[in-house]
Amino acid sequence: MADNQLHASEDETELLSFRVGTQEYCVEIMLVREIRGWTRATPLPHSPPHVKGVINLRGIVLPVIDLSARLGMDPIEGVDRNVIVVVSVGEITAGLLVDAVSDILTVSEKDMQPAPEIAAGRSGRYIRALIVTDEKLIRVLDLKTILPGENQDAA
Amino acid sequence: MTTDPMAEIRTSFFAECDELLESLQDALNLMDEGEHDSETINVVFRAVHSIKGGAGAFGLDALVSFAHQYETVMDEVRSGRLVPDASAIKLFFRAADMLQDIVRTTRDEQHPPPGIEDMLALLKALLHEDAQELDEPVAFTPLGLSLEFDLGAPAIDVAPAEIDDDFGWTITFTPNAGLYASGNEALLILRSLSNLGHCVIRCLVPEDLPPPDESNAETPLLSWRIILEEDVPESDIRQVFDFVNDVCQLQISPRKVIDDLAPTRPERISPTAEAALPPVGSTSAKKPAGDDACPISSAASKVSLVPHPRPARPVDTNAHEPATMVRVDMEKIDRLVNLIGELVINQAMLAQSVETAGMSQQSDIMAGLESFMTLTRDIKESVMTIRAQPVKSLFQRMARIVREASASVEKEVRLKSVGEYTEVDKTVIERLADPLTQMIRNAVDHGLERPDVRRAASKPPEGQITLSASHRAGRVLIEIEDDGAGIDRPKVRDIAIQKRLIAPDASLTDAEIDQLLFLPGFSTATEVSALSGRGVGMDVVKAAITSLGGRITTTSVPGQGTKFSISLPLTLAVLDGMVVQAAGQTLVVPLSAIIETAKLEEQNIHRLSASGMMMRFRQELVPLFDLGQKLGFRDMRDIAAAGIVLLTVQEDGRRAALIVDAIMEQRQVVIKGLGQTCGHIPGVAAATILGDGQIALILDPGDLVWGGASSPHFDTKAG
Repeated sequence: MADNQLHASEDETELLSFRVGTQEYCVEIMLVREIRGWTRATPLPHSPPHVKGVINLRGIVLPVIDLSARLGMDPIEGVDRNVIVVVSVGEITAGLLVDAVSDILTVSEKDMQPAPEIAAGRSGRYIRALIVTDEKLIRVLDLKTILPGENQDAA
Repeated sequence: MTTDPMAEIRTSFFAECDELLESLQDALNLMDEGEHDSETINVVFRAVHSIKGGAGAFGLDALVSFAHQYETVMDEVRSGRLVPDASAIKLFFRAADMLQDIVRTTRDEQHPPPGIEDMLALLKALLHEDAQELDEPVAFTPLGLSLEFDLGAPAIDVAPAEIDDDFGWTITFTPNAGLYASGNEALLILRSLSNLGHCVIRCLVPEDLPPPDESNAETPLLSWRIILEEDVPESDIRQVFDFVNDVCQLQISPRKVIDDLAPTRPERISPTAEAALPPVGSTSAKKPAGDDACPISSAASKVSLVPHPRPARPVDTNAHEPATMVRVDMEKIDRLVNLIGELVINQAMLAQSVETAGMSQQSDIMAGLESFMTLTRDIKESVMTIRAQPVKSLFQRMARIVREASASVEKEVRLKSVGEYTEVDKTVIERLADPLTQMIRNAVDHGLERPDVRRAASKPPEGQITLSASHRAGRVLIEIEDDGAGIDRPKVRDIAIQKRLIAPDASLTDAEIDQLLFLPGFSTATEVSALSGRGVGMDVVKAAITSLGGRITTTSVPGQGTKFSISLPLTLAVLDGMVVQAAGQTLVVPLSAIIETAKLEEQNIHRLSASGMMMRFRQELVPLFDLGQKLGFRDMRDIAAAGIVLLTVQEDGRRAALIVDAIMEQRQVVIKGLGQTCGHIPGVAAATILGDGQIALILDPGDLVWGGASSPHFDTKAG
């Protein structure tokens, strides 16, 4: 990755993209605190299927969400090549379990297209925008709806 | 001055008030025990006076006027004109309580508590008619001279200068405008100073002293030079001036030095500012940057020769505190406690990996690791002691509860506290206040008999409650003991039957009957009083103690009294737990919830329905659950194959047996909150990190088995 790409100009945003199943997703890089390898999570009793459990992040009890299950796809089994993306939105910090991290993208606002109505299916509400690059379609996640919190759905 | 430092000073004033109120209580307790020496009375006087002075500086009128009356009475006591009897001391206690209330309401900016006027009247009634005026001829006082002396005289020797040795201090005290306006009184300060030792005080009078009238009544015009012929620490002197620090100029120098520069013979003392503030003082005075705390009023600048208010405040307001004390934000300590928890876990992980790597026991690494472990443990323990506080403040609150409770039920009660310097985690102290209050009220209301009954039983009419704290086997033991009639077991039994808490034919041991007191909605007082209500409490008390990881036990001897013993962990940050396995998961069960462990045997299992099971446990049937299944970690299975049961108990005595696959070990674990992200998970209290870095959940067996109904609250139906 070239240096000049790391310095986003004013209307540009940096995004971290990762693979979940066969699809590409991304989140604003400013919300990402760190990326770490998969460690076995301690399951929480009576939790929804997408809550993988909790892991020890340097002494903090960090809940891990299986992004695939959260988006209505098959749950990720959790193997060594899987990755936990630790994100923070407001007061809430959680880990997103993804298949693999792909890239860091620098895009301007105009490159982000609003998600079409047709995408508003089961997982459509978690998608904030779409980016088309190199004939790939990358979905920008709306973390507020993904993370548990005030607007948690009855999953 | 911006609002921020003001708020800070205000906060520190109220913090000091708490300390002063504490020393006030201590001294009153001593007086109550028959100690009438002048030092004890002085402590009371000084505490009240300091509160008044500080309150004056902040313009807290309600506080000033109450403290003033209190101080006036104490001054009478101090001068020996008023000899307090038992009822007067009781009144002093109540006045101290009232003072505390006023401090509290002032701090929280609420309305002052009711009853101030009544208390003031009661205090006033103690005074002799001729003593209503706070005037007192004291050898060194410059009062009474102000109108008679020759205005031309540069300085007046009030007391002959008996300078025969060269130790002690020379103090120059020049009030600024605002000193009198803020409720301070130079006379009282000089008197306090003379308590430190023999003082030679001279008053420095300006040459153009204006005639007194109402417009300048609060304008300080005089200053004083005091020679204290006593080798006391400078901080003691500073303490006397503590509350006027910012409204006066103060020079304190050792005698020797000042004698060289400014001989004490009167004719050599010039009344000018230069002489009143000798150069030696100004060089030693460390001027705090930007401290212009002494604004001069127009009235003062017009009339006084008081030197221009150089902020000669060599020390800040906290200087009287021992240098070893630091006020620290609780949050910072909590963060440190968390980090130490990390360290403990990390060290355990390191030890484990060294072991896995197959290091020899004799290697340097193992030796180093060993001392690392010792250090970690030491650090952990000393950090825990930072959070610890003596239970004294809590006990003093209880003393007040006893006073109020005994007054309202017309019983004579004396509270004896033992071991009030026992240190307990701050959070434990805070959360112990409510249950302890309830227990003390119960002891006064239910435990102790009325005076006539006591006399009939040839006991002293005054009942005694002993509140004690001590450390025992890594836990804190708090005991509340009364010398009352003891638990009336036949009556307790009758009530329990009447309330259908037990079967009429149940045969119960004494200990079991005592336990009935902790059942929700139990009441033994035949006369329902407003004080302890209808026996509300003991169940709530028990729940509160249990939530702190404590246990409560009762011993009672008929006719001799009742003792409640509360055993608490030293800290809330670590917990004694049993590490168990269920359905492949490692879990921690708090040791305080486990009564015993046993092997599960088929013949003891009673199947009630497809999912409901009971287990016979020493002639008692308790509900039986498979832990793994209860947590949703596995489906129903044939439980006969499983091995071990934990018999757990709830704070309300309800029991349940939990099947686990294996018991791993018993150890202390560091408690980690699950955080809001996870929300409340039924049956899970918190989490911890084990030596392998994995998170294990800490169970709340009561919540797991009985769900939301696990924490007993007072049931109004049962009352």
